[in-house]
Amino acid sequence: MSDHKPKFFTRWLFSTNHKDIGTLYLGFAIISGLLGGYLSFLMRLELMEPGIQYFSNPHDFAMFASMHGLIMIFFLVMPAVIGGFGNWFVPLMIGAPDMAFPRMNNLSFWLLPVALICSVISMFVPGTTSGNGFAGGWVMYPPLATSGHPGPAFDFVIIGLLAAGFSSIFGAINFITTIFNMRAPGMTIHKMPLMAWSVLVTSWLLLLSLPVLAAALIMLFTDRTVGTGFFDPAMGGDPLMFQHLFWFFGHPEVYIMILPAFGIISHIVSTFSRKPIFGYLGMAYAMVAIGVVGFVVWAHHMYTVGMDVDLKAYFLAATLIIAIPTGIKIFSWLATMWGGSIRMTIPMMWAQAFIFLFVIGGVTGVYLANAGLDTAVHDTYYVVAHFHYVLSMGAVFGIFAGFTYWFGKMSGYLYNKWLAAAHFWFFFIGVNLVFFPQHFLGMQGMPRRIVDYPDEFAYWNYVSSIGAIVTLVGVAFFLIWLVEAFIVKRKAPDNYWGEGANTLEWTLSSPPPFHQYEVLPKIK
Amino acid sequence: MRISRLALFSALTLTGLASASVAFASNKNGPTDGEIGLQRAVTPVMESITNFNNYWLVPIMVIITLLVTVLMVVILIRFRASKTPNPSKTTHNTMLEIVWTLVPVIILMAMAVPSMKLLYYQDVIPEADLVVKVTGNTWNWEYSYPDHENVDPYISNIVDIPNDEKFGLSHAQIIAKIEARPASEPRLNGRPYLLASDAALVVPVDTVVKVLVTSNNNLHAFAVPQFGIKIDAIPGRINETWFKVNAGEEGQTFYGQCSEICGVNHSFMPIEIMVVSKAKFADWVANDGAFSAKYSQNNSGVVKTATAK
Repeated sequence: MSDHKPKFFTRWLFSTNHKDIGTLYLGFAIISGLLGGYLSFLMRLELMEPGIQYFSNPHDFAMFASMHGLIMIFFLVMPAVIGGFGNWFVPLMIGAPDMAFPRMNNLSFWLLPVALICSVISMFVPGTTSGNGFAGGWVMYPPLATSGHPGPAFDFVIIGLLAAGFSSIFGAINFITTIFNMRAPGMTIHKMPLMAWSVLVTSWLLLLSLPVLAAALIMLFTDRTVGTGFFDPAMGGDPLMFQHLFWFFGHPEVYIMILPAFGIISHIVSTFSRKPIFGYLGMAYAMVAIGVVGFVVWAHHMYTVGMDVDLKAYFLAATLIIAIPTGIKIFSWLATMWGGSIRMTIPMMWAQAFIFLFVIGGVTGVYLANAGLDTAVHDTYYVVAHFHYVLSMGAVFGIFAGFTYWFGKMSGYLYNKWLAAAHFWFFFIGVNLVFFPQHFLGMQGMPRRIVDYPDEFAYWNYVSSIGAIVTLVGVAFFLIWLVEAFIVKRKAPDNYWGEGANTLEWTLSSPPPFHQYEVLPKIK
Repeated sequence: MRISRLALFSALTLTGLASASVAFASNKNGPTDGEIGLQRAVTPVMESITNFNNYWLVPIMVIITLLVTVLMVVILIRFRASKTPNPSKTTHNTMLEIVWTLVPVIILMAMAVPSMKLLYYQDVIPEADLVVKVTGNTWNWEYSYPDHENVDPYISNIVDIPNDEKFGLSHAQIIAKIEARPASEPRLNGRPYLLASDAALVVPVDTVVKVLVTSNNNLHAFAVPQFGIKIDAIPGRINETWFKVNAGEEGQTFYGQCSEICGVNHSFMPIEIMVVSKAKFADWVANDGAFSAKYSQNNSGVVKTATAK
């Protein structure tokens, strides 16, 4: 059968091909990332010096912070790691011709632009009497999200997030079905590449946690519009209930963002050490363990809400346990490299940086798990630094690692490695400059989400903002190497990483044929 | 061998540096510019937090991060492709895998014991000598003394100029504007801008103070870093926490900021606490929440304000 591609319109708007949908997801993620990054850059500019220089209305600052969080989580990281790399490489790696439900796959993607458009519209319609947009933080706690934001802005956010949530639920169903039913002959679940494992675990987390978010959002919506009182104490409701529902979703959500990155890093570390992954089963089941335990630790985000002390003690202990499977993963990556034949390629640099930064984010996570200490740094910049180390540097470094690893496979072109190296170094130095000093600010007690701060926080805020400028240069290099690769069109061979890259996608051409595996590969 | 000793040495050095710098405490109250550790502790709870931070968590974090990093760098150098063209085929080592599971378990268990002790010490409130009630409003704090009904509840606002007059001004310019106002309006008088209020919460030194915290509308959080307290103000609920300011801290003023996003002026609802001697506090209570002439010096921050709305 010939490799017939549909015409442009049919191919990209009515796409049922997992690779094309993956490409759409990645393009969408880049656009959202630039938008979310723009919001954060303006925030850092404002915080560079004490005083209010750019945001004449403090409401707008909080709105930028809220939308930055929502956009980066729902429209950058999730589409990139699950929709993008998951769609592209899970079928290729398990030897499947496509996803199990190609049309639902298309629906999953096209719900996302709708969701993003709703979120962007929300920024331009009235939120409160003080300004446009929703400014209640990405956590959307009532009463600020109900009586605190009477305008339509937050309704747009709710609709957007529901759309994004359904997109992810459909995606999760699709991945679970694909992975359980469409593996090539001989590929048992215990021979499956770790990327597929990570997407499988992530899909279960999505499937089980997102309905809870959807329920909480709908309760917010009815509280706002039809006069229910789920979260209104005057009507017998309780604002705290929302926080429990939200974090029951929110904590698995952070693993949803980081687990696929774990999968990507495993492949890169193994490829460039020219060694199979060390302790494969331990790696796979560590992810399962992280997923399972991730569901029973949510209230460690809520240590200061006035919980019973015994409850805090439970959440403290349960949270510490997560450090064990995470530690297994870190040590297994190092053991994979031990005795290997290591090449420091661009993806390997991102992967090593990922491990280093994830360790920092991990140890500060252990710090925050200690409820007693959390009292001191809860809702301060320490928390901001912590979750940016695991997400902005963990998940995003995982994305860049995967992107530079598979770019040639996906596009058929090789990138200029000097430009890509400049991207890496500016980005690596930049984000560390941004976020490491924020640990110090948090220890000194600087609260999150404030537009102006006492002069005593000026020094580290200045350093942090300088870091934002360095990061911006890194992002510029990213766009430059991306465009350059498409202009120069250096053809990528089938397996341009050579020996070591031995998952199934490297047996195909670059880019793979529009329909692959017309004869299913046999795994011995 | 040489490399592992180097790793150990650098880990210990950096740990020492980190603990030294976090342990270095100025006598200043409130945040200090350029500082990297916690604020100076003035209550037993904050002292426990500081000790746990300085002698447990920060050293453990630094050592783990350095060990992993050094190990990573050593591996990257030692097993570079030009040196080891033929990679080993090892993919399992049961003993190693058991060790790297058990060692973190032991570290975490060792950490959990003092952590639980700290948590229970912090959270189990001893018998209180004084109760104060804190209510969050949009966007100020209301303080009342349920034990002393003669002291009217009062509102504590930030000392500031309106938001729309601040745009583009430096802090120095804003402070100059505040200080140029008529004497009837609150001034900073050297107190830090964005932390100073027009009516501090007044509490006695060396006394167990129980704080009841609630809110009238949005969520807020009552936080005083030097006391080691932070508790959310939630409408429909009354949360409680406690502090006991160490003897010798009388005459000092401590600061905090609202720590849960609460709307447009979230950045502008500071918490200011004036700690006075027991005698001075008794005088303040006896005068219905004002200092008598005997004690009225140095109280620039405290302005008697109207009854709560």
